[in-house]
Amino acid sequence: MKLDANIPSGSLGQKWSSHKSSIRLVSPANKRNIDVVVVGTGLAGSSAAASLAEMGYNVKAFCFQDSPRRAHSIAAQGGINAAKNYQNDGDSVYRLFYDTIKGGDYRSREANVYRLAEVSANIIDQCVAQGVPFARDYGGLLDNRSFGGVQVSRTFYAKGQTGQQLLLGAYSALNRQISKGNVKMYNRHEMMDVVVEGGKARGIIARNLTTGEIERHGAHAVLLCTGGYGNVFFLSTNAMGSNGSAAWKAHRRGAMFANPCFTQIHPTCIPQSGEYQSKLTLMSESLRNDGRIWVPKDKKDAEAIREGKLKPTDLPEEKRDYYLERRYPAFGNLVPRDVASRAAKERCDEGFGVNATGQAVYLDFSSAIERYGKTEANQLGITNPSKEKIIELGEKVVASKYGNLFEMYDKIKDVNPYKSPMMIYPAVHYTMGGLWVDYNLMTNVPGMYALGEANFSDHGANRLGASALMQGLADGYFVAPYTVGDYLADEIRTGAIDTNSEAFEKAEADVVERIDNLINSNGTRSVDSFHRALGKIMWDKCGMARNAEGLKEAMTEIKALREEFWKDVKVPGRKDMYNPELDKAGRVADFLELGELMCLDALTREESCGGHFREEYQTEEGEAMRDDENFAFVSCWKYNDEPSKAELVKEELTFENVELKTRSYK
Amino acid sequence: MNLTLKVWRQNGPDDKGHMEIYPVKDINPDMSFLEMMDVLNEELISEGKDPIAFDHDCREGICGMCSMFINGEPHGPERRTTTCQLHMRSFKDGDTIVVEPWRSAAFPVIKDLAVDRAAFDRIQQAGGYVSVNTSGNTIDANAIPVPKQNADKAFNAATCIGCGACVAACKNSSAMLFVSAKVSQYALLPQGKVEAKERVRKMVNQMDLEGFGNCTNTGACEAECPVGISLENIARMNREYLSASLSSAE
Ligand SMILES: Cc1cc2nc3c(=O)[nH]c(=O)nc-3n(C[C@H](O)[C@H](O)[C@H](O)COP(=O)(O)OP(=O)(O)OC[C@H]3O[C@@H](n4cnc5c(N)ncnc54)[C@H](O)[C@@H]3O)c2cc1C
Ligand code: SF4
Ligand code: FES
Repeated sequence: MKLDANIPSGSLGQKWSSHKSSIRLVSPANKRNIDVVVVGTGLAGSSAAASLAEMGYNVKAFCFQDSPRRAHSIAAQGGINAAKNYQNDGDSVYRLFYDTIKGGDYRSREANVYRLAEVSANIIDQCVAQGVPFARDYGGLLDNRSFGGVQVSRTFYAKGQTGQQLLLGAYSALNRQISKGNVKMYNRHEMMDVVVEGGKARGIIARNLTTGEIERHGAHAVLLCTGGYGNVFFLSTNAMGSNGSAAWKAHRRGAMFANPCFTQIHPTCIPQSGEYQSKLTLMSESLRNDGRIWVPKDKKDAEAIREGKLKPTDLPEEKRDYYLERRYPAFGNLVPRDVASRAAKERCDEGFGVNATGQAVYLDFSSAIERYGKTEANQLGITNPSKEKIIELGEKVVASKYGNLFEMYDKIKDVNPYKSPMMIYPAVHYTMGGLWVDYNLMTNVPGMYALGEANFSDHGANRLGASALMQGLADGYFVAPYTVGDYLADEIRTGAIDTNSEAFEKAEADVVERIDNLINSNGTRSVDSFHRALGKIMWDKCGMARNAEGLKEAMTEIKALREEFWKDVKVPGRKDMYNPELDKAGRVADFLELGELMCLDALTREESCGGHFREEYQTEEGEAMRDDENFAFVSCWKYNDEPSKAELVKEELTFENVELKTRSYK
Repeated sequence: MNLTLKVWRQNGPDDKGHMEIYPVKDINPDMSFLEMMDVLNEELISEGKDPIAFDHDCREGICGMCSMFINGEPHGPERRTTTCQLHMRSFKDGDTIVVEPWRSAAFPVIKDLAVDRAAFDRIQQAGGYVSVNTSGNTIDANAIPVPKQNADKAFNAATCIGCGACVAACKNSSAMLFVSAKVSQYALLPQGKVEAKERVRKMVNQMDLEGFGNCTNTGACEAECPVGISLENIARMNREYLSASLSSAE
């Protein structure tokens, strides 16, 4: 099987505009007879559903939460990138493109990434027009901050609630279309399967989560905007309901899964505090603008801190090791996420960790508070301010930038981060892998699209901060609405999709059978106990560092766990009413397959790149060793009875505009 | 910590519902309230009993999904805190904790502690948007400067997480704080001004249709709102509404 990415010809800068102008259109009269199903209402789904409805298609949108506004995008904190160059610091479309390719460790497609950078500026215009309240400076203009892996300030933000504000903007556009009757919204509905008929996606089977009813929805195109699968690790920064099921169902129906092992471990999360822990909380990367990361220089001091005999604030400057500033002077605390995470793990593995479990490092704002306090005092014309005054003023500035994050930390840890450094540790955060899509965001199954975190398209082996929000909105507002039309131009004569066909019957029967198996399995173990066990295998053997032996073990263990699950899981309650345990059971069952594929992917990628760090492939200083000669490709997996038998198809990556270099942030 | 929970159990919308008592043992004070509920549910499942249904997703205080009425207060005893961000250290060993769903005719119970808040969506659909197409063919984002003070106020109003605690807190089940937050956000921004009058009329109208009660200015909503949406927004909405009614009477 060969995969064609359908990249338009022409120079990098012209591909999208010439492609867009040659895309076929569907006339307004025909659009009214075409149905589109959009699964997911995060940034990608809400924006796509609103845009397609506005263009005249009949749209049905689905989400499993009780409102589209609660999609996981709501939780994004730090910001969204755009090549606006408002700060006049030399930013440009090309630079954003280049930073993203380099940040992704040269494992993404040039053409897609360039298009993303190209449309980024428009996203900000669009959002402002919708009334998204971005942060502004005293002149009333939009403010920016920096994120990891770059040397410009191109991140737009709304305090620590950027995702919330962007999602509410997209939700408002969606609401406008719902009120016009152009979108029919299905809340508390879960997509259980995609229906593929005659080689094309023709609709979905959904389950009403409040009544348990199974529904058939026919469509001429199905857009999966269902987010990432980080929860395969059980503990992650994702929302509790985030899952990989929609993508996995699509995979089982023929869609290729690309680079499943590329997961992002975020360096700044609140460390785990106990076995009962249900999820991990992110502390936005924006904090690395002002926070300095350190551990004690001396192991003895680290020990004393762990035992509660020494306080971090008692340790003088010269006894602290600001290890990122030491190892990567050019980028310091703002190195990309994968680099920062591995560096934290390295220090903790060496015995320098600072909490009881030894798995935490400090993120310290004292220098920033002092610096801001001094500037503020100057501006206010206070001469010779006292130390207290400086700190008071500085804390105010820090509060205005990160107030809600500091509050959140305080609530969770019961420690005031203005007075004592935060403790942080890496945690699973984002999945770069996902459904394989071509330049038009279509999977290899015609009529089936994947947008947002659910696809693999733009971030290679590591995503830069503030680029997921950008990608979600780019896909939904500006890319899919055009490219889907090109496919639908051939569907104008199809007529309404018959949901009584054999394919729908069969898909529904499969769904019902599976639900029955879950609800009738009279086992002894809770769904969560299996999920936790899977998470532990994944974190230990397919997490921040991986090796061949561990991955092979993990595959055997996951397979055994999966068999155990189907024999011994206990799902309480009924299938014909609201039953969150049943919903969860279905999602965990899919994770138990996806996890194995992730390990297989990690095993076959015999190099280290981005978030994928194979211990066998590292330099003497412990930096990742990429192998462009043998691995400059996208690993695309075709389903074959079970995960371990998946077939590998390679999409070779060609770089015509950037030179492949060893990533250096030194 | 050892605690006694009294939890509202209701097996579906048509069931009458009742309180049930559950002892919980060995609770770590660093657990969140929902993690404590997870522990109880694991136990119920292992005893072959029906676990307690409740809504939650982000567990970070931002999605607005969690919604428990704890000891007579929406989201429990801490100020500016959602149920998922409430930690057990806020309680004492030996405490009895009463847990109920949001109570309002406009929020029917689905099961146990989970309620249906679709009425909030319908209010937003009635006018909670700026009528701009998503084509991106708009003016440059910096073409219209917005005074920082207004931008900040609009942002504060926009941080409403749509949880419904304001309704649950109000003896009249009024949704004024929620609706006024959206009305204010747009009224404070030049982009939203154009349709301000029509918006407030439509949203208030829908709010009334959904069966939310009247506002009698008790301020309970502001006190219980987990993100601190201010009563100032209700005052602003009243002004907007008045001016909209006056202009429609002209
Ligand atoms: C804590 C946190 C902070 C972040 N901060 C940032 C940031 O500052 N900047 C940045 O750029 N990125 C950030 N990210 C990443 C970014 O938020 C996500 O990648 C992005 O929001 C994903 O958007 P999405 O639209 O693809 O999916 P989501 O927002 O995850 O939406 C998924 C949708 O699919 C629905 N769904 C899923 N499965 C089904 C199913 N089977 N049936 C029906 N519906 C289904 C859900 O209901 C939901 O509506 C952050 C992520 C986290 C976890
Ligand atoms: S105003 Fe406050 S209490 Fe009411 S829905 Fe919004 S966030 Fe919740
Ligand atoms: S679970 Fe999202 S706000 Fe509580």
